[in-house]
Amino acid sequence: MSGTSEISPDALSSADERVGLLRLATAGSVDDGKSTLVGRLLHDSKSVLTDQLEAVTRVSNERGQEEADLALLTDGLRAEREQGITIDVAYRYFATARRRFILADTPGHVQYTRNMVTGASTAELAVVLVDARNGVVEQTRRHAAVAALLRVPHVVLAVNKMDLVDYSEERFAEVANTFTEYAKALGVPDVRSIPVSALRGDNVVDPSSHMDWFSGPTLLEYLETVPVETDPTLEPARFPVQYVLRPQSDDEYRDYRGYAGQVASGVFREGDEVVVLPSGQRTSVAGIDRLGVAVRQARQGESITLRLADDVDISRGDLIAPVDSAPRPTQDIEATVCHVADRPLRTGDRVLLKHTTRTVKAIVKDIAYRLDLNAPIDGVLGHEQHLSELRANDIARVVLRTAQPLALDDYAIGRRTGSFLLIDEADGSTLTAGMAGAAFAAPGRCHS
Amino acid sequence: MTTTIDKGTAPGALTHLDALEAESVHIFREVAGEFEKPVILFSGGKDSIVMLHLARKAFWPAPVPFALLHVDTGHNFPEVIEYRDRVVAEHNLRLHVASVQDFIDNGRLRERPDGTRNPLQTVPLLEAIESNRFDAVFGGGRRDEEKARAKERVFSLRDEFGAWDPRRQRPELWQLYNGRHRVGEHVRVFPISNWTELDVWQYIEREAIALPQIYFSHERDVFERDGMWLSPGEWGGPKGDEEVVRRVVRYRTVGDMSCTGAVDSPATTVADVIAEIAVSRLTERGATRADDKMSEAAMEDRKREGYF
Repeated sequence: MSGTSEISPDALSSADERVGLLRLATAGSVDDGKSTLVGRLLHDSKSVLTDQLEAVTRVSNERGQEEADLALLTDGLRAEREQGITIDVAYRYFATARRRFILADTPGHVQYTRNMVTGASTAELAVVLVDARNGVVEQTRRHAAVAALLRVPHVVLAVNKMDLVDYSEERFAEVANTFTEYAKALGVPDVRSIPVSALRGDNVVDPSSHMDWFSGPTLLEYLETVPVETDPTLEPARFPVQYVLRPQSDDEYRDYRGYAGQVASGVFREGDEVVVLPSGQRTSVAGIDRLGVAVRQARQGESITLRLADDVDISRGDLIAPVDSAPRPTQDIEATVCHVADRPLRTGDRVLLKHTTRTVKAIVKDIAYRLDLNAPIDGVLGHEQHLSELRANDIARVVLRTAQPLALDDYAIGRRTGSFLLIDEADGSTLTAGMAGAAFAAPGRCHS
Repeated sequence: MTTTIDKGTAPGALTHLDALEAESVHIFREVAGEFEKPVILFSGGKDSIVMLHLARKAFWPAPVPFALLHVDTGHNFPEVIEYRDRVVAEHNLRLHVASVQDFIDNGRLRERPDGTRNPLQTVPLLEAIESNRFDAVFGGGRRDEEKARAKERVFSLRDEFGAWDPRRQRPELWQLYNGRHRVGEHVRVFPISNWTELDVWQYIEREAIALPQIYFSHERDVFERDGMWLSPGEWGGPKGDEEVVRRVVRYRTVGDMSCTGAVDSPATTVADVIAEIAVSRLTERGATRADDKMSEAAMEDRKREGYF
């Protein structure tokens, strides 16, 4: 094995490696043809290999189906195969010459909302499916609301089964307009609609010969080209400290002291004046090491080690941010949460709250109300306020109080520094996923 | 090393290898920050070699703060054991070995009729975890390998029997990994969950990581069984009319010799291997693992019992 020191920066920029990564989530049910669509994407992009297809065909035939059931490619658990539904999030991988894709394939039914939220949490793009015959239904609105809540920046509506509406341009326009208006009202910044037939392969990978009226890209072309890279220099820089590196060896690194972590957002540069939160100590960036190579700056997503100019007291859980744009530490949090555990969360519960690399104690002060994801703009589900408990899959507004101050951002500003988990202190299970600040980005319609 | 100044990457997006590397490093550091006694499962296969390389980068210039654990089936490729021992010595690592042969010798495990020892690894693994009180165990499993693994979490909670219950997994959101567990439980951690076989090889090329020679084309005596080229040995082969022939092969995966098949291949360099798998129409497990061909849910069933 080569030593880390032998890696030259030049090796990192060879042309064939300039391939980016896109993380996307799909939401929809079997009825919308979601598994067929995912199967089609994998199959037509040649990401399904012969032995996988043979296995699927064999099982399909044993069940008396004539054609390979592409849903079996993604429904990997025994229980899913037996019930013929997607239960858990499955991660799928495919690649084209332009991009690598990590697809979180999530179930569409309301009782699996938590799985959809999980898949959307890391997605830069969400594909929402509708059946062209049914148009925008309750489930579609819920999927759009989940994408909007999780601040997924790009949403694609795949209007499926176009073959069953005679490839009608009018029908597509009607569905696309209804959806776009709805998603925009929820604050989704980028909405795009594409007419497809997953079953027949129209506009999934290859352009359709049945829809000359549609001049846009196929779904795969769009996934390959949608610009998901944001300019990190426009975002506030955030660095949660994961681990303190002190080799204390006898060599040249005897006095090395570095703070290891992944840049959560923005850019850090050598010389930046920074503050360490929650203590408030100030210092500056003396140097940045990117896994063994000294660099002048580092951007969002990079795992690095910061060296600081002064000998300040820093440990895991601290947040390093620029002096002029640091968040104000707080012990009172208003947030939107999705309850993910089977056991309820009750007002007054004492739990652990994990935010970036910091875990603190917290109390559930109030469960203000549940959000109706089928009509989120109008708001409150069942008109109940100050509930006593949340159940699995509930989305709600809550008020929390933490034992120590947290350097928390609004989720709208940073998905990474605005999100947290509530954890059961007794058995360690994950109870609830939270997003600080207002629920939706919709102007003037925020739930606060 | 710190004298090399790279201009850095901002703005402009990370390449897929940079993004995957940064994510894996993040996972290693989370475990170092939250667990008492983690260990890296190290088989000498390419995935565990890449894991070790990532761990070394994650903690540079400090040493890797974890020991290695090798579950030794007793049916090893000699080149792989030699590689393992060389790496351990070179980087001054600590190595634990859990031996399937010891368990067979003292009667706690019995040889299977088909001679394969892959499923026998679970008991020695769990015993090593328990007796050493390891609370986090890094594995090189990837979600693209197999459909049950596609449902696996990065942090996967195991009960005191090491069992995986796919219906009771913790939802994993954002990059917030929850490693909390009760006494007796442990967490399996998969830092390269999101890597594909091709990513692994591209990273090996980029980082110039050395591998055991059996990953590259060589001449070997083999016999055919179930469409795979297996090495002859005490574990039961060749049998009946199976004929030993000499062929030019390489291994796509490295596991127990009794059930890991070689593929016909002229690929002598990492670049050749990348070109070969980019056009391959078979998955690496489909091409080379007899134990996964047993049933549709073979992997899910083994994982439920505490397998990797």
